[in-house]
Amino acid sequence: MTKTREQLMVPRAEPRTYYDRPVLKKPVWKWYIPAYFFTGGMAGAAAPLSFAARVRGNRRLARRAGLVSLAGIAASPVFLIADLGKPGRWYNMLRVAKPTSPMSVGTWLISAFGPLTGAAVLSDLTGVFPGLGELCDALAAFIGPAVSTYTAVLTADTAIPAWHEAWRELPAIFAGGSAASAGAATVLITPAADAEPARRLVVLGSLMELGADRAMEERLGDLAEPYTSGKASTPAKAAKGLLAAGAALALAGRRRPLLGKAGAAATLAGVALTRWSIFQAGFESAEHPRFTVQPQRERISV
Amino acid sequence: MTDVTQRMGFFTDTTLCIGCKACEVACKEWNRVPEDGLNFLGHSYDNSGELGASTWRHVAFIEQKKPVNVETNGSASDMRWLMSSDVCKHCTNAACLDVCPTGALFRTEFDTVVVQADICNGCGYCVPACPFGVIDKREEDGRVWKCTLCYDRIGVGLEPACAKSCPTKSIQFGPLEELRTRARARVDELHERGVADARLYGDSPADGVGGMGAFFLLLDDPEVYRLPPDPVVTTRDLPSMWKAAGAAALGLAAAVAASVLGGRR
Repeated sequence: MTKTREQLMVPRAEPRTYYDRPVLKKPVWKWYIPAYFFTGGMAGAAAPLSFAARVRGNRRLARRAGLVSLAGIAASPVFLIADLGKPGRWYNMLRVAKPTSPMSVGTWLISAFGPLTGAAVLSDLTGVFPGLGELCDALAAFIGPAVSTYTAVLTADTAIPAWHEAWRELPAIFAGGSAASAGAATVLITPAADAEPARRLVVLGSLMELGADRAMEERLGDLAEPYTSGKASTPAKAAKGLLAAGAALALAGRRRPLLGKAGAAATLAGVALTRWSIFQAGFESAEHPRFTVQPQRERISV
Repeated sequence: MTDVTQRMGFFTDTTLCIGCKACEVACKEWNRVPEDGLNFLGHSYDNSGELGASTWRHVAFIEQKKPVNVETNGSASDMRWLMSSDVCKHCTNAACLDVCPTGALFRTEFDTVVVQADICNGCGYCVPACPFGVIDKREEDGRVWKCTLCYDRIGVGLEPACAKSCPTKSIQFGPLEELRTRARARVDELHERGVADARLYGDSPADGVGGMGAFFLLLDDPEVYRLPPDPVVTTRDLPSMWKAAGAAALGLAAAVAASVLGGRR
């Protein structure tokens, strides 16, 4: 708060606080959580890509998207358990099913999705029980989009202003990023001739994420500050550049496979950086009490 | 014995607080809460800063350039000192309890909210969910901790350690309805005596958390005491959030379908 000798003609813009100490607690989650948002999101979107490609008869693409999905969902519990204060008690997540807790909902989503994806990929690779494998593939494809987007609800269902107030757009950002990263990871390991649908998914997903991101910043108004300035803004800006470049390069990948793979790598980096910037913006908005007090004060004074 | 059908709570009348911190000490002693850092904050007489994993009662000190009540203001001082002992609000609609994925947080027969230390796996979800910044993780321990409203004491008919130790009855413990009635009478009394600043915080079941099990009589805006002016339980918007996520999931499926089924293979 700046000191002034003049009498103020308008009310102070800075809200009153207790020695500028935060009202909220900063989240205690570490980098494992945004890392999981990335791997879990990618896995959830790669499952329907695998299923749709199989339906279309593009078996090479289907198999590789399945592998991307399995890799992503296999890494996810490692990150999630590593973040726990008592990792040895991870199984306590399974003692209840609580619709009011997005983390509980997510626990059960990935508990269903993981084994289904594993079974589908195993059947595809070995040729054992092909019918059952395809059923698992279809079920995983059905659950996958929920795995990609529930994490946005998990993030928004907190008191952290930059997260909670962004609840309308966060799911679309997470869905877009998940689609883009699933497409990009698949492009990286698929022969260019078979990868056209994955390249298109990179473009559509990136557009979805960039569009939702812009909508969020516009609607948040003053609360967009943690995203647009401060320590979250650098990864946020880099992410936008990488996503735009990645989409353009992915399209060029039709004729020049190497450019396509470079675009895929840029997209993966862009999606990861968006998750990181959202995570950081949450911490930033919790650290400064004005982000908590100002909107609430405005809410009750009107 | 306490009547178990009644909701029990705290009424903290900050006009009676003398800032002795007996509540902070008694809480630590009874609940065996570890040391929370020997810090010098430079914020008046406050060196514990705020509630946390190892601070379940916190006394705030606010120095203001404002004359105190005319009756007692014999001196030339134009300063007043606000002191307030903060605590977990034991919300009617508690966000920490709603988001807890293990069931470690539960609602007791006294309508208070308590963490079961033998269940908590330290996922940390309750920490950013609390609109008051109360519950926190003890890093060296890995689990989350907060005020239990002395669940062990009130179960055998004793009052919580902080209320027991409070020498001015600034911290009052009892059936919530009784406390609310008493608090409203106290505000009326203060208004009559010319203390126009007196107001209750957290007494109304119509607020964003459905009313607080621990509520306060304040002499200034809540944010001056590090209390959010309009706290809302985050799960209130959960149905809308799930709808937004459902729409986004459909959008994701549509993007995949368009990518694979539209155009060349």
